[in-house]
Amino acid sequence: MPLLEAKHLGIAFGGLRALEDVNFQLEENQIMGLIGPNGAGKTTVFNLLTQVYQPTEGTIELEGKSIIGKKTYDVTRGGIARTFQNIRLFKDISVLDNVRIAMNYQMKYSALAGILRLPSYWKEERAMTERAMDLLSVFNLQEHAESKAKNLPYGQQRKLEIARALAASPKVLLLDEPAAGMNPTETRELMESIQLIRDRFSISILLIEHDMSFVMGICQHLVVLDYGRIIAEGSAEEIRTNPKVIAAYLGGE
Amino acid sequence: MNRKKVAVYGVILALIVAIYALVTGLSNAGVLNSYYSGILIMVCINIILATSLNLSTGFLGQLILGHAGFMSVGAYAAALFTLRAGLPDSIDFPIALLVGGLTAALFGLLIGIPALRLKGDYLAIITLGFGEIIRVIIINLDFTGGARGLRGIPRETNFSWVYLLAVLTVAIIFAFIHTRHGRAVISIREDEIAAEASGVNTTYYKLLAFIMSAFFAGIAGGLYAHHIGILNPSKFDFNYSVEILVMVVLGGMGSITGSVIAATVLTILPEALRDFSSYRMLAYSVVLICVMLFRPSGLLGQYEFSLTRLFGKLSGSKGNKTTKNPASGGEKGA
Repeated sequence: MPLLEAKHLGIAFGGLRALEDVNFQLEENQIMGLIGPNGAGKTTVFNLLTQVYQPTEGTIELEGKSIIGKKTYDVTRGGIARTFQNIRLFKDISVLDNVRIAMNYQMKYSALAGILRLPSYWKEERAMTERAMDLLSVFNLQEHAESKAKNLPYGQQRKLEIARALAASPKVLLLDEPAAGMNPTETRELMESIQLIRDRFSISILLIEHDMSFVMGICQHLVVLDYGRIIAEGSAEEIRTNPKVIAAYLGGE
Repeated sequence: MNRKKVAVYGVILALIVAIYALVTGLSNAGVLNSYYSGILIMVCINIILATSLNLSTGFLGQLILGHAGFMSVGAYAAALFTLRAGLPDSIDFPIALLVGGLTAALFGLLIGIPALRLKGDYLAIITLGFGEIIRVIIINLDFTGGARGLRGIPRETNFSWVYLLAVLTVAIIFAFIHTRHGRAVISIREDEIAAEASGVNTTYYKLLAFIMSAFFAGIAGGLYAHHIGILNPSKFDFNYSVEILVMVVLGGMGSITGSVIAATVLTILPEALRDFSSYRMLAYSVVLICVMLFRPSGLLGQYEFSLTRLFGKLSGSKGNKTTKNPASGGEKGA
């Protein structure tokens, strides 16, 4: 059974059919790429997977259970966490708190226990802070734990966003253009950290990216979208030579 | 809880008691006459109002223009309780305050459910409308005394009560902000979409903060009712809501220390300027304009006064630097 499966997924905004008959399967520990020209509907797929939008047709199943109709926060709790194309951090609070907020739902103590500073508060807060620091150190962010998120350089903000998504303990991680705006060195580093987190947290990753060397280098499986439809699917080699894909990117006859 | 935290809590407690002892000492010695202690009581009431509004405006990030509306609900509920329930004097006042707070919280829940679906300007206008509706309803009801006002409320509020409740309010809100629930509230201010994507139930936490905010406003209302002795609906108009909002903005949205300082200054300032009667609103406005020009994020921004940090600096910052959420000393009363 695939970990995440979309069947005949489609959504229409009024008369505009943004996605039509999209099918894909994400296996465990797989890194899958979602590529396509601008406006193809890639981010819309993410918004459907996290239930920001309701699909007008089709189903999405995580571990065989439908997630259609769930609230976005419930989807995250159920195991699908994401990052955003234009970084969305909690800018004015500390890097550490950014990560701790995503762990919020995994903690138990009540508001009253927190206000009264009962032992459960101290215990859970300490455990959470430790876990958050561990996560930050995976991305070499531990020495910036106390600084405000907005004061981090761009590349580190991207990493922090991934760390925050991981803090929600997902089974599937959705990365929306993680390498956008990064220089080649940063991109290479990012490739390594993505493979590292896949192995270390044993999760599956679905990513949108325009940087072809990045996508080809890291993804075992690629899905190509154009005008809201899947036009090709397969390994990096198959996609590279697929005439339909070349036509979509460079313009066909 | 390590030893350092215990020390910090100890110092805060000592400060709170010291301020209380100072004020009661001065008033017993006759230095503080009833005019001054009246101002001090209003300072404490405004501190409760400002810090509670800061929870929904500064931390939750929702602009609320009807805080005086919640205060009036609490004031009338508490006053009617003492007038009608006929309980013995010693216990009716705390129960009346609780009734005031809970009634205001209930109104917060009823208004919050539809209103919090909206954002920014729309929410501000809804809460503004709510404040006015409450006022008009109170004027037109019989059991609230209508436009003549509600008279003969026993004047049971004294400095000890307001001081205790101001300290409690500040301490509770401060403690709440540094729990997982408080962080969830702040995440909504920072980025609602990202908060939702991080597993935060935004509707729940918006309501929670809104209700807490209304609850404390209701308590402040109960204290006010039993301080003045007469409730007049015109007191709780739009201007008063704005006055509280000014305290929050001036002190710094998201700074409890700022709210405490601004509430203190803005309550005392108009009184201190009473001698210049015709110019005092002018001076008041100039102060506000200057602060907004030179400190647009408020006096303190999001800064909190922290004893831990102060100790750290004094001892050459040799302590561990990851003391993120221990008690800071926002917990100052008057």
